[in-house]
Amino acid sequence: MENRPLEYDYTVAKMFMFATIALGIVGMLVGVILAFELAFPGVNTILGSGVAEYTNFSRLRPLHTDAIIFGFTLSGIFATWYYVGQRVLKVSMAESGLLMFLGKLHFWLYLVIVASVVVTLLAGITTSKEYAEFEWPIDIAVVIVWVVWGMSIFGLIGIRREKSLYISMWYYIATFLGIAMLYVFNNMEIPTILGTNGIGESGFGDWWHSVSMYAGANDAMVQWWYGHNAVAFGLTVPIVAMIYYFLPKESGQAIYSYKLSLLSFWGLMFVYIWAGGHHLIYSTIPDWVQTMASVFSVILILPSWGSAINMLLTMKGEWQQVASSPLIKFMVLGSTFYMFSTLEGPIQAIKSVNAIAHFTDWIVGHVHDGTLGWVGFMIMASLFHMAPRVFKREIYSKSLMATQFWIQTLGVVLYFTSMWIAGITQGMMWRAHDEFGNLAYSFIDTVTVLHPYYTIRAVGGTLYLVGFLLFSYNIYKTMSARPVEESELQNASPMGA
Amino acid sequence: MGIAELQGYGYVALTSLLVLILYGYIYHLYTKKRDSDGHDYEEYSNMALRDDIDDAPVSAISDDKEK
Ligand code: HEM
Ligand code: HEM
Repeated sequence: MENRPLEYDYTVAKMFMFATIALGIVGMLVGVILAFELAFPGVNTILGSGVAEYTNFSRLRPLHTDAIIFGFTLSGIFATWYYVGQRVLKVSMAESGLLMFLGKLHFWLYLVIVASVVVTLLAGITTSKEYAEFEWPIDIAVVIVWVVWGMSIFGLIGIRREKSLYISMWYYIATFLGIAMLYVFNNMEIPTILGTNGIGESGFGDWWHSVSMYAGANDAMVQWWYGHNAVAFGLTVPIVAMIYYFLPKESGQAIYSYKLSLLSFWGLMFVYIWAGGHHLIYSTIPDWVQTMASVFSVILILPSWGSAINMLLTMKGEWQQVASSPLIKFMVLGSTFYMFSTLEGPIQAIKSVNAIAHFTDWIVGHVHDGTLGWVGFMIMASLFHMAPRVFKREIYSKSLMATQFWIQTLGVVLYFTSMWIAGITQGMMWRAHDEFGNLAYSFIDTVTVLHPYYTIRAVGGTLYLVGFLLFSYNIYKTMSARPVEESELQNASPMGA
Repeated sequence: MGIAELQGYGYVALTSLLVLILYGYIYHLYTKKRDSDGHDYEEYSNMALRDDIDDAPVSAISDDKEK
């Protein structure tokens, strides 16, 4: 035992990798079902009207968003943290029994929460706040898991050998702190059973049921301060952490400008916090909040593109790698989609544009060019890079990876183009009126027009899911492929045929 | 002067201050080029590129202890 050289310990990283894949399949499968339900309403009762309660759109939608954000994405974040964290701090989890224990505890508690979320959402138990649907007992459990994750982050930092924190570390820490603050404030709620009404009656509702501590417009503002920053600190910041590590590592190129990465970090942190109001434009919140959110959303292009361009320039002079390695392709396309959605978002945040875009499918298009093209691609690329190192085996098949890349790229393109057309058509039809101000169309007119685009979206989503299944198969086979030498693994990941 | 006007001035002052801090930081990064430990910022990229457990850290914790 004593003579074995010290190695990084990927036990916990592996556990979260499996969770990422399993929850990715669940989340995307539900997404595809939803897409078909919107195109063909009959799918809502596909398993018979007896169980329609569990298969209809409204019951499944929060399952999609929560499984994919807090399941797939968050597990991906944890998996990469338990991998990257050790490496850039140059300390192994094997060096501390306590950290190992915390890591495993983190995983198992997290799994318990995932299970309870799935069960409660399917049962229709929800606070009905988007992305914050969990009822109070689950919220408390979430806080506990988060604290455990925090202890394992700061514990690892505490025993590090590398004094400075690599830029990815900053982003992981920001994810931890940002979500902690937002989650606690937005989920302040009071169990209804504790409430009393005007004539002294108490004990209303089920024990798990609660109401928000905020009311009306305040509730909306807190909710979207949270909601937007769930996007910021869940779907952007930690994914930037990934690309800052995995792209330089896989390509063997130093970050184009480390200074620019520091600058973009502070820019992003400062600006993101103020942009939440762009979800509430033309609603009953103060006008200045809307204007401020609009302005900050436009400024947000700068730090976002700062990171994205920094990544693309990291590939300067090495573009042949994009052609030869499907893994690099995923990451370069990922950062391109990041630029794309962070340009699209600010445009949608301009008041006059939002007047057309809000409530339409264009927003759904924006969501999915960001999440499928950027979040999904980066998480899969990170897992592809980690697999040969944690399993000490080469990636099972390079050609399968390339096939997956093209299938999924086609899927993303079909998804967002169809939603753009659908969204703008919808926006224009809703506001069209005749010379007397009578609306030109009724709601059902738009539904008829949109049908083909919904079908295209469902097909695009199915392609993405198929790609994800190929990914899962490739990783599964990697676990059993031919072993490789640890020393080969400096940069580019080894890949079989 | 009403509260709205005060808010306006406050907003301008705060924004100007933040812009100054930001540009100050940029100026600092690009003129000094090194942090207080004497490391060129660009060296820190090596934390990712050379991250085997027995690679030498860019700035080791143990350096501090020796001082
Ligand atoms: C500069 C960056 C960005 C800005 C300014 C921005 C702006 C916006 C705006 C204006 C909306 C529509 C609000 C509405 O009218 O309902 C929106 C929605 C959304 N965006 Fe972005 N966006 C940005 C980047 C991103 C990225 C990178 C992602 C994901 C990876 C993302 C995910 C979302 C999601 C999930 C929603 C939908 C929220 C909901 O209504 O449920 N955004 N964004
Ligand atoms: C196979 C891939 C996917 C398909 C087919 C799909 C499909 C859908 C559908 C049909 C909706 C409902 C849209 C509506 O209400 O009109 C939706 C919403 C949403 N999806 Fe996906 N999805 C997929 C992947 C993802 C991924 C990977 C993420 C995040 C990482 C994601 C995040 C979201 C979010 C945040 C919403 C709510 C958007 C909003 O409220 O504006 N989806 N998705």
